Amino acid sequence: MIRVVLPAHLRTLARVNGEVELEVAPPASVRSVLDALEDRYPTLRGTIRDQATGQRRPFVRFFACGEDLSHQPPDTPLPQAVVSGVEPLLLVGAIAGG
Amino acid sequence: MSSVRVLVGTRKGAFLLTADGKRERWEVSGPHFGGWEIYHVKASPVDPNRIYASQSTGWFGQIMQRSNDGGKTWEPVGNKFAYEGVPGTHQWYDGTPHPWEFKRVWHVEPSWTNADTVYAGIEDAALFRSADAGQTWEEVSGLRRHGSGPHWQPGGGGMCLHTIILDPANPERIYIAISAAGTFRTDDGGVTWRAINRGLKSAQIPDPEAEVGHCVHHVAMHRSRPDVLFMQKHWDVMRSDDAGDSWREVSGNLPTDFGFALDVHAHEPETIYVVPIKSDSEHYPPEGKLRVYRSRTGGNQWEALSEGLPQSDCYVNVLRDAMAVDSLDSCGVYFGTTGGQVYASADAGDHWAPIVRDLPAVLSVEVQTLP
Repeated sequence: MIRVVLPAHLRTLARVNGEVELEVAPPASVRSVLDALEDRYPTLRGTIRDQATGQRRPFVRFFACGEDLSHQPPDTPLPQAVVSGVEPLLLVGAIAGG
Repeated sequence: MSSVRVLVGTRKGAFLLTADGKRERWEVSGPHFGGWEIYHVKASPVDPNRIYASQSTGWFGQIMQRSNDGGKTWEPVGNKFAYEGVPGTHQWYDGTPHPWEFKRVWHVEPSWTNADTVYAGIEDAALFRSADAGQTWEEVSGLRRHGSGPHWQPGGGGMCLHTIILDPANPERIYIAISAAGTFRTDDGGVTWRAINRGLKSAQIPDPEAEVGHCVHHVAMHRSRPDVLFMQKHWDVMRSDDAGDSWREVSGNLPTDFGFALDVHAHEPETIYVVPIKSDSEHYPPEGKLRVYRSRTGGNQWEALSEGLPQSDCYVNVLRDAMAVDSLDSCGVYFGTTGGQVYASADAGDHWAPIVRDLPAVLSVEVQTLP
């Protein structure tokens, strides 16, 4: 079970409280986690990555285990600690003012 | 007794302001979608409980919201706005070609006849239509195929399609306006479009009388006279009596003819309102005095309306979609400011009072007159 932490605005939009837990087939990657997330919460489509290109939105970041995964290819396998559910995958709104 | 519901979009959420027909005591509901930019909120003229809202942020992009109960509850609907085909390029600020990219929805315009049909004007400029209450959106792509698209360029706020006017008498006719391209009209339901900018003069473009390139800020129409249009351009207030085929300036005695907002009295098609703004680089009222100007002659002769509005040290702006009128017997006029005030007049502009003073910067104001 992969744990995902959404930013507050996306939790409101998806109408969830706290973390989201997702079953993702191995090898789990940012792309496959986002696929599973959007399947369960279709209102999140387009808010994390562009619907046409699949590109991460510029002011969204992916963190896990103290590392920034945002700039890795989206099919890169996630760290084992995330796959095993010990650590969450954090979806974060970038520091961008506003 | 009739009532009114004012739909306010702001930089940090939507607010609904309601009052009975006296328009003296107001209830404020909101923020809805707190923290998100709400460019526009507008209700269906067919079903007043059906309201559409455009919600966006730089972080998480575009969301479209729909209410079926007058704004008590909302549900996200479709937010996929895909240009048809290869979108090509328009001019960038430096004159170089720049690819068309979806950024946000500026304006929603529900149909006169079907609550499930709604149009959306987007940045980068294009017109979209939904026939299923916002679940899916399809580009009305004939507009971008007009041929002049490579010459369109962004204004200060981006290259936005910000005005959509559906002709209530002719469902095949639609007017739209783009900054900075100009005004366009279709007479065949969106298949083909023509630029309708003859008579506009813009010193900010190489050929001041070019077919396209004009920074039209807003256009308004009275539904009883769909061939008569009024325009607030970057500079100049304009009028057309032939469905946009030609325009003439009606700025008359305005203290400045720069501005954004413009609207038409609900019952007097020759009575129009603007809010003059000092200049294109000074987006605040002249002399620090917030004044609405009213013309009862369809332009040229204007009177200042200032009773109840701040007449010193006022440096707010009033944006293009931030003025609206109700249709009660004594026409109500409303506008919102970038300082977060929403002002109302229940007597066609003679007297004004703030409904609220401290909202986030107001992006849009619409009004529903409810039975």
